[in-house]
Order: sequence, then C-alpha cells, then structure tokens
Amino acid sequence: MRRQIPLALCFIAGLFMAVQYFIPHPTVQDTYEIVLGWLQTLLAFAFLLGTVSLIRMHFHKIRNRADDRAFSWVTLLGLVSMIGLGFLHPQHQLPGSPFNLMFLNVQVPIEATMFSLLAFYIASAAFRAFRARTLEATLLLVAACIVMLGRVPIGDLIHESIPAATQWILNVPNLAAKRGVMIGVGLGMMATSLKIILGIERAWMGGSD
Amino acid sequence: MGTIIWTTIGAILTLSVYSFLYKDNPFYKFAEHLVVGISAGYYLVIYYYNFIDPNVVTPVFQLRLGDQAIGFGSGAWWLALIPGLLGLLLYTRFFPKVAWVARWSLGIYVGGYAGLGLSPVMQARVIEQIGANALPLTSVTNVLIVVGLLGTLAYFFFSMKHKGILGVFARTGIVFLMVGFGASFGYTVMSRISLLIGRVSFLLHDWLHLV
Repeated sequence: MRRQIPLALCFIAGLFMAVQYFIPHPTVQDTYEIVLGWLQTLLAFAFLLGTVSLIRMHFHKIRNRADDRAFSWVTLLGLVSMIGLGFLHPQHQLPGSPFNLMFLNVQVPIEATMFSLLAFYIASAAFRAFRARTLEATLLLVAACIVMLGRVPIGDLIHESIPAATQWILNVPNLAAKRGVMIGVGLGMMATSLKIILGIERAWMGGSD
Repeated sequence: MGTIIWTTIGAILTLSVYSFLYKDNPFYKFAEHLVVGISAGYYLVIYYYNFIDPNVVTPVFQLRLGDQAIGFGSGAWWLALIPGLLGLLLYTRFFPKVAWVARWSLGIYVGGYAGLGLSPVMQARVIEQIGANALPLTSVTNVLIVVGLLGTLAYFFFSMKHKGILGVFARTGIVFLMVGFGASFGYTVMSRISLLIGRVSFLLHDWLHLV
C-alpha cells in the first residue's frame, strides 16, 4: 500500500507516456493530452507546496524572534503583494498592470544583477582555473582566452585571425566534445528514466517506509 | 512620473545587490529576500492561470453552471477532478501519519515525466548526434570531429581500464574536453560581462541619463 501502489502508478504512467509516441491513434493521443494536463497541474500544486513550506519557514522565524526576522517579513510581503496583484487584477499580464510592473522593475533587475555579480567572482575562479600547470590546464586557458578575445572587437584589433580561430574552436573541438558529453548525458538520462519506471530507482519515495 | 519611480526602484535594488561586492549587508539581504518572495508569488500566479485554472477550476465550474465545455482533451468533466485530487494529496506531507499518500501523486508525476522524456532524449541527444557525426573522412576538420567524439566517449567509458588503444583515445578525449570546457568558460564569462554591461547601462542611461 505504502510502496507498491506508488511504484505501480509510476510504472503505468511512465510506460504509457513512453509508448504513446509510437501509437498515433486518436484515443491514445487524447489520453496523452489529458495525462499531460495532469502532470502540468501536479507541477503547479508541487510549486504551491514549496511556497507553503517557504511561508511556514518564515513564519517560524518570525514566531521564534530570529535575529534576521525583519527580512522574513520582506519575503512574505513580496509574496503576498505579487499574489494579491496577480489575482485581484484580471488583466495581470498586460503591459502596465501592477503585476507586470512589479515583475519588470523588481524581479528582473534583481535577478539580472545577481547573475551579473558572477562577472566579478568568475575572475577569481579564472585565476584558480587558469594556472597553467599541466597540459590540460594550458589547453583550457588558451581556448578560453581565444574565445573571449574572439567575441569582442579588440580581438580582431590584436590579430585578424583571432575571430576565425574562435569560430574554429567552437565548430570543431568544442563541437566534438559537446557531442560526446551530450550522448553520454542522453544515455544516462534514458538509463535513469528506465530505472525510475521499472522501480529500481526509488529515491523519489523518500527514506521512510 | 510613474516610469521614473519604477526606474528608481529598479536602480536602488540594482545598487543594493552590487553592495554585496563590498560585503554581505542589510541592503543586499533586503533585495535577496524580496526577490525570493516576489518570484515565488509571480510563478504561483502564472502556474495557477496556466495549469490549475484551465485543467481543474474552469472545467469543474463550467459543468456546475450547465456549460457544455469539458475543458482539456476529450475526457469527461470528472477527469478534471483527478489532477486536483492528486495535487491535494501532495499536501498530506504536512501530516506525518498519512504523509506516505503523497507518494501516489509523486509516482504519477515522476513516472510520467520519466516516460515522457525517454523518446525525445533518445532522438535528440543520442540518435541525432550520432547521425550528425557520421561524417565522410575527407577533410581534416571531419577527422578531428570524429576522433574528438570517439575520444570523449572513450574517456567516459569506465567499464575497462584506460590502457592500450582505449587509453590513447581517452587521452585524446581529455584534450578535446579541455578545449571544449575552455570555450564554454570563455562563453560564460562573456555572457556575465554582457549582463554587467546591461546593468551599468541601465543605471547610467535609463536612470541617470548620463550616457
């Protein structure tokens, strides 16, 4: 009951979604559309579950008077304001709606800035990675430098062949390596999917009984 | 006026995040906690309107009002209740005695997406890539691409010791992998620099109108 039913449901759902590609019958394709809708709905409910956990965690911090509880209020305020603006405003996704303005002027700038912060930290990472102590590290260093120089105008000013060298690195050795990695990842994903469907991989059920 | 206020808010938040370059501080923590709440709320609303509303709420309420619309696919109206009930079962995780019931929904979700991904992964990541690499060995470029792929695959083949011809291919694979990683690193750096330029341009052009 606690383990066999979930495993059976996992097997049936996985088998159906895997074989429906090969059965173009309208009944199977209609069923596929329905089950796909279920999976998408489950994704939404799972996200809501995560949000409930987030709210519980911050309420817990506030109730326990944690040192940084003021920031918990910030998170809860942001969450409640976006939910309120999204559900109260019928045309919430239209340009100029408060929901859209909050997204464009609060969420987008913060996320873009956080990603751009990595430009500074990647410099220190590069210092560690680029110490050319071995042949492999030297290759990495040379390839990265050529690609970086080849994507900006100064590369062409330093030497006219740098942009062409960049293109060659991307189209030949990089392509070969990426293809090898992609094939390996693909085979790994297929093996993992099969293990999940067949009930060999059960980590998703958690550790308890 | 509204634009100026919103741009100023964006600029203050941008500067708050950059203040982390000095050290962790309350301004950064404010922006960090704010974006967590805002983005959770944003995606919650988007997921509700894109998935829960059309797949559960609308079909059920349409039936109650006597509307003939069924919702999604060609199933009966009660089919719309199933994803709703499965979704609600996920919340049994908050009640330890019946937490195991959530596995029913998880089983369908995990198994469904595992099965859904099998064929596309096989097609796009394996068959297409092998097909694209079946090149005539008539040029140096083609030979390098084929040797590079075989070398990379040999490097990740751990069922045999990397000795003899396998060892030679594996060492060749390392060379191609390192060049590939270097190129990826260079690309990542340039994309981050591009984002940085975008944020500085926002501050100096859109906010302060200096450039």
